[in-house]
Amino acid sequence: MAVNPQSTKNMFVRIMNINTSGQTAGRSLPLWKQLVFQLIALIILASVMFPIMYIVTLSFSSITTRPSKLELFPKEISFVAYRQVLDRPTGNPVTFIELLRNSFMLSMGVGAAALVIAVTAAYAFSRFKFKMREVLMILVFIPLLMPAVGLSTPLYLLLNQVQVKECKSGETAILPFTECSDGGKGKLQFNLRDSLLGVGIAMTASALPFAVWNLKGYLDTIPRELEEAAAIDGADANQTFWQIVIPLAVPQLAVTFFLGFIGHWQEFVLTWLFLSQPKDYTLAMTLYNMTGQYANSIPWNRFAAMAVIVALPVAIVYIGLQKQIVGGLTTGGVKG
Amino acid sequence: MAAIAKSSFRKTKTKNAVLPYLYLLPAFLIMGVITFYPLIYQVIISFTNFETTHLLLGLKSPDLRFIGLQNYIDIFTAALPVENFNFFRVLEFNFWWALSNVILHVPAGVLIATLLNAEGLWFKRIYRAVYILPVVVPPLVVATVWTNIFDERYGAMNQLLTNISAAFLGNADPIYIRWFEDVKPPIPGFLPGAPLTLAYYAMMVANFWLGWPFMSVVATGALQSIPKDLYEAASIDGATPVQQFWGITVPLLRPAMIPAAVYGFTLSFNLFNFVFFMSGGGPARSTELLVTFAYNLVRNLRWYGVAAAFAVIIFGVALIVFLITNRITRATQNYMEA
Repeated sequence: MAVNPQSTKNMFVRIMNINTSGQTAGRSLPLWKQLVFQLIALIILASVMFPIMYIVTLSFSSITTRPSKLELFPKEISFVAYRQVLDRPTGNPVTFIELLRNSFMLSMGVGAAALVIAVTAAYAFSRFKFKMREVLMILVFIPLLMPAVGLSTPLYLLLNQVQVKECKSGETAILPFTECSDGGKGKLQFNLRDSLLGVGIAMTASALPFAVWNLKGYLDTIPRELEEAAAIDGADANQTFWQIVIPLAVPQLAVTFFLGFIGHWQEFVLTWLFLSQPKDYTLAMTLYNMTGQYANSIPWNRFAAMAVIVALPVAIVYIGLQKQIVGGLTTGGVKG
Repeated sequence: MAAIAKSSFRKTKTKNAVLPYLYLLPAFLIMGVITFYPLIYQVIISFTNFETTHLLLGLKSPDLRFIGLQNYIDIFTAALPVENFNFFRVLEFNFWWALSNVILHVPAGVLIATLLNAEGLWFKRIYRAVYILPVVVPPLVVATVWTNIFDERYGAMNQLLTNISAAFLGNADPIYIRWFEDVKPPIPGFLPGAPLTLAYYAMMVANFWLGWPFMSVVATGALQSIPKDLYEAASIDGATPVQQFWGITVPLLRPAMIPAAVYGFTLSFNLFNFVFFMSGGGPARSTELLVTFAYNLVRNLRWYGVAAAFAVIIFGVALIVFLITNRITRATQNYMEA
């Protein structure tokens, strides 16, 4: 990535890596070439905009029947679909705010939890030499090879065994730690698997190793001079960590957090597998419920409005952090 | 004095020996419970006949039987009572799917980045700003939107084709291509052993839309770090633009593009959302990936023992893929250093 020295330039210009220094002089394109290039660029532009214009147009339409012919430019700006989605997103008795809250709680909670737990481990791997270092690092790396689906079976089974039951005798039993004294089945009050907390735990299982590796990769790039200077001044390892390293790493901590947020905002595999109660549904699950085989019962303008709503938070975060994310992903991709 | 110094030195030394483990402790405690234990549990139940009846008691269930390698054998020999399932066909398709995506995305990304890097091109900023949009939209939304675009009756794709055929062929009949139902491969024998149905091509189109802009972003960054004098020197020596592209641009982009390609390959290899949302692995499991089939095993069929065995196999495949791609990136690093 080219490093742009002028950090005062506005964000958009920096993100797009645009040359604003005015040094476009030099050879200019011959006209025929310019025209050919413009034609190609416009065709690409049209292909990129095609689905975006399609869905935006659809979302601003008030027509609730399915689209019978292609429209790529809004004929009307109606917020009916948005209002309906915000009002009553699905046939289930669950409000938009609840869906939004579930999505935010999951994605932010998992992002934050993974970050807080991972940061000290990343520091240890980056800065200390100790016995078993290599072995432990490989141990952290192993789960990264497993796609999310691959871990879902054991997590489903294990979390499903943690249940709270109300026994006939009135006491509450927490399985698998305590059981009803009469051995009876009791009434199920809470199943960790079928809860946002359980899904959050399952997501953290793979988010945590990723956060450790991602942060370690970044800490490796922070020069050690400052820490060495602090050590000479008599700071111990803990002080160095909290007062030197953490403040230096804040940008990367933010990127790791937002990567977690983006990834889990659209998490579908585990939520769709684990959650059965509509009150726990997330926006991503709701969007799936409006698609494909389900699309026949949902007006498409509502589906389109929902798609725009789900896409917006991620798009905003991504535009703000694009450079760091692309850089981090490619280096992270190499390291796994 | 010396003794005091020595003892305090020893103290810090022992403290430093324990400290790294203290720093590792929180992460490893939690990973031990929620990551490593489930991974081991998975291997154990992959040797059992774990089904829905064992859900509550788990390994303590009285009728849970250890059946050795039976689950693995069933998977490899296509002995599972699942229609149209053949492990090696799914594996072949999975590799082809990831490979064919990367083969298209990387060159397209590089070419478009080169185009936008042409000096004096008008509206450069607008193009760059628009071309980045697919990277910004979450893949889950991209997948759902394209699912509806490829809808047989009301989708935008068939409507677009209808418009094109009306404009250029004078044929006003609406086109209804059954993108996700047609089992007949449009190009027979294209991939021996794993016929590619229309659903594959539809998903290729959707994933191409999503995939090349990322490659283009990476290539743009790398292009801008290539010194301009190289091109000037080459053109003085009489090299044509095409020669310059192959002689300067391509070799200097390689160190940036290979890791990006590897990343893209791994991403496509496990691209659950696209396949699950768009084709659902169909028709006749012709577009099933390893991850979507694994998901089917857990969510729909609820054969947890088989699903665990399948996940262990996926892990093995992922390990092999990693070792290969890691070798490729290592090789490029050496190339850079040489």
